Amino acid sequence: MRIGAWAETAAISAAALLSSLALFGVFVALRGLDPLEVYATLFHGAFGTRFSLEHTLTQSAPLMLTALCTALPARAGLLVIGGEGALVIGGVMTVLVGVSLAGAPAPLAIAAMCAAGALGGGLWVGAAGALRHWRGVNETISTLLLNYIAIAVMNHLVTGPIRDFAQVLKPASWPIGPAFMIGEMPGTSIHWGLAFGVAACLGTWVLMRHTTFGFAVDILGGNARAARMAGLPIGVLILVTSILGGAAAGLAGAIEIIAVHGFASASLAVGYGYTGILVAFLARQNPLAVIVVAILLGGISASGGLLQRRFGLPDAATLVLQGLLFVAVLAANTLAGRFRIFRPRTA
Amino acid sequence: MELGWWGVLIAVAGGAARVSVPYLFVSLGETLTERSGRVNLGLEGTLVLGAMSGYGIAYLSGSPWLGVLVAGSVGAGLGLVHGLVCNLPRVNDIAVGIALFLLGTGLAFYLGKPFIQPVAPRLPHLELGAWSASPPVRAALEINALFVAGALLAPLLGWALFNTRWGLIVRTVGDNADAARALGYSVGWIRAASTTAGGFLAGVGGSFLSLYYPGTWNEGLSSGQGLMAIALVIFARWSPLRCFWVSLLFGGATALGPALQSVGITAHYYLLNAAPYVLTLTLLIWSSSPRHLLVGAPSELTISR
Amino acid sequence: MPDTVLTRRQMLEGSAAALAAAGLEGIWPRLAQAAAKPVTVGFIYVGPRNDYGWNQSHAVAAKKVAKLEGVKLIEQENVPETVEAEKVMESMIRQDGAGVVFATSFGYWPSVLKLAPKHPGVLFTHIGALWKDGDPKNTIGYRGYMEEPHYLCGVAAGHLSKSRKLGFIGSKPLYFIFNNANGFILGARSVNPAITCQVVITGDWNNPVREAEVTNSLIDQGVDVIVANVDSAKVVIENAERRGIMSCGYHTDVSELAPKGFLTGAEWNWAAGAQFVKAWQTGGAYPNLLRGGFRQDMVAISPFGKAVPPEVRTKVQALRQAFVDDSLKLYKGPLKDNEGNVILKDGQVIANDDNKFKLAVNFLVEGAIGKTGLKK
Repeated sequence: MRIGAWAETAAISAAALLSSLALFGVFVALRGLDPLEVYATLFHGAFGTRFSLEHTLTQSAPLMLTALCTALPARAGLLVIGGEGALVIGGVMTVLVGVSLAGAPAPLAIAAMCAAGALGGGLWVGAAGALRHWRGVNETISTLLLNYIAIAVMNHLVTGPIRDFAQVLKPASWPIGPAFMIGEMPGTSIHWGLAFGVAACLGTWVLMRHTTFGFAVDILGGNARAARMAGLPIGVLILVTSILGGAAAGLAGAIEIIAVHGFASASLAVGYGYTGILVAFLARQNPLAVIVVAILLGGISASGGLLQRRFGLPDAATLVLQGLLFVAVLAANTLAGRFRIFRPRTA
Repeated sequence: MELGWWGVLIAVAGGAARVSVPYLFVSLGETLTERSGRVNLGLEGTLVLGAMSGYGIAYLSGSPWLGVLVAGSVGAGLGLVHGLVCNLPRVNDIAVGIALFLLGTGLAFYLGKPFIQPVAPRLPHLELGAWSASPPVRAALEINALFVAGALLAPLLGWALFNTRWGLIVRTVGDNADAARALGYSVGWIRAASTTAGGFLAGVGGSFLSLYYPGTWNEGLSSGQGLMAIALVIFARWSPLRCFWVSLLFGGATALGPALQSVGITAHYYLLNAAPYVLTLTLLIWSSSPRHLLVGAPSELTISR
Repeated sequence: MPDTVLTRRQMLEGSAAALAAAGLEGIWPRLAQAAAKPVTVGFIYVGPRNDYGWNQSHAVAAKKVAKLEGVKLIEQENVPETVEAEKVMESMIRQDGAGVVFATSFGYWPSVLKLAPKHPGVLFTHIGALWKDGDPKNTIGYRGYMEEPHYLCGVAAGHLSKSRKLGFIGSKPLYFIFNNANGFILGARSVNPAITCQVVITGDWNNPVREAEVTNSLIDQGVDVIVANVDSAKVVIENAERRGIMSCGYHTDVSELAPKGFLTGAEWNWAAGAQFVKAWQTGGAYPNLLRGGFRQDMVAISPFGKAVPPEVRTKVQALRQAFVDDSLKLYKGPLKDNEGNVILKDGQVIANDDNKFKLAVNFLVEGAIGKTGLKK
């Protein structure tokens, strides 16, 4: 992308952010609170201290991966919202592989678990991509339904077939065991998921920016008819982008298991997949921007607690802010390409 | 009194009538919106916000019907936002829908905290089963006025879409925007109006959840009925009358798991309870085709292309 | 404050586990002399705190804690059982200076275990009673024997049911839920052995539409008293009331939701939480593991509804007293499960505080219709 286009994206996103913050301020003021004070706390809770920064980055880790689940297929013109389901299936696959590899060398097992999580998520969303191309089934609706089905399958498994009956207070799967847990990055209280998230975003960026595959996908996303006339293998492109997207979300599920929980349970489905959609759109499907936006939204969620405790704002305040931000960014899309200053003079 | 399997049948039939109403209203609203060529995926948020505002207003005013009206109006407001934002060039209606899903749910949770605990007055119902001596039959035939309204609205909307000038305009806009423009209609405004009306219906559907059945407000009230209803529209092939029958089917599918459990068939309840989702997906795969648009689909619709 | 930490830890060395059996009177030594230190107390909830259910039962306890001298209460709702729980507790400690943290959902326990060694000056309480030897000394697990009030609900239901069919709605297939179901059924069958009870699991802590559907289906099958072990029993109780049947409450006092059909309800009494805070403030001792029923005043029953006649009230109250005196044992032989297997032989008696037995309840007693799905 050219510098001008970058600047334009940044300017438009900043404008959307500011206008949604202003609208949010109105909401807050209606409750008799001082918006500026709330903003200051929001910032403090997100980035103000080392602890809050670590909290924010921890929050952002799964969002980077689930955002790719929407962002990658979107480059090929698909609107996938199945990150939640892919994450859940990825988590379940991770447990299955981790448990069956008990006793194996940890690095090997961890690699296998990540691969299994990615494979599970990849096939889950890949199925929706395949249905879209070869059967004409709308991928937005099918991935949405697959989310509910994935959660039901996971709940079924953890209350019966793969249940750890020693866990008395909630239904949970067999644990993978402490030897296979990867824990936190040295010197921080951030789990390793962040490194995976950043690496996945960088990898996706290289794939989309510097390979013929990425080029072909962008042609397909820009104009399906042109792609067909150019003889591109549309089915393969759709299938591969959806598999890769699903794999990213499946990897997020694997991380939840190997870095946070150690077992699968209903706590896998807490909405990371849905917030990921928002991240993808705010980042305008750009993998590098996904990193930045995920941190921004991670910060909003991280500071939500402080808003509750300091101002008595409901926990949904962060949802409202995210919703406003989403609408504002989409509306701001209409401005893209309208400003002369962002266009190169030679064009 | 041993009802056994008859009890299951009665529970499913009664459940179909009880559970189907939110599906019905949301799908009728979405049918209207999609007939004009737009998709509003935000109706889940509309449903939840409608449920909350309806409950809140009914509690504060003491009148459930005022709650229904406010729920509809709030839904119409969200629909209008969708319509207006999508009127801007280069704005994807599906994405705006997802954004409004998030915003509607967020607003409902944000404003709804004080209404989780209080008990609001409930919408009245008609005792169509007064002739029967059997309490289960009587209960299954306790029909809410909104169900009747939805059942009447479905054929009415179907008739209006295909037999009135107004219906013709909406369908023209949805099937061929250029032609509509050439005829001098404002495509954007007609779509915005259809989305607003659709939002109104979805809001009313939400008020049914909170004011009649299950009749409470909390943050887990909707388990995706608004999203399911959008898939339902595709399956009903954009026909309001078919929406009615498919809503009943979905309501029955939702009631099936609990009904079987209550006669002791207790295995695999998670999978049984996922029946409506699996059913929808299966029907969607079955009714789609890679070669042509879905039968009955408005050609301008992003979701069917 | 390293010095205070030391003293408190020293006091802990003589662990109070042995005291736990002796009841609250024995556990709480005279604390009054020591001055109360100001403290910020954080409560985290898994749902909204005014839900007429689980979270509300803790919010009620939080209000009592807030009334203590020198206590500042901070609360956070809708905290998921993920890494977020850990971060929220740590945020309360670091950003609000919380000295005592109440983790009021089951899945918070791993987070508590992770944080407690990092913050030795902070007292963590968790409602699971999962504490075992070797776990950090600055953590407390506490929980009431909910099967006891369920037994009393069952007794009331047994007296008043006409159809002799009861319904028990559970959220998740868990030991303690089936334990509660057994208590309810044993209570009812102690009145009338012909009574049966449908046990239905909804699969979710909170799913109003399914809860309402299950309620209606059970009523269609002739059930006339219902109790629900879900996060909030509001939907079930309201729907039961509309259909004209009786209901029992759970978690907190829900009697006003069903003026006609409400019998009584099984309630938590988390008041011990206030004692933990006092112990922190004064450097006093506290138990690491505290479990108890009526005898230890950790559970309660709701005020009787209009439907319960005076003679039934008297009977239920007498049985409540029998739990207090420990003269009534919930599980005693001869006892069969609902598949005909002998659980307890004639003369075999399980003590009311036999946690080993109760935490392994993987069966439903005779008279129950349903399966636990738990490993036998």
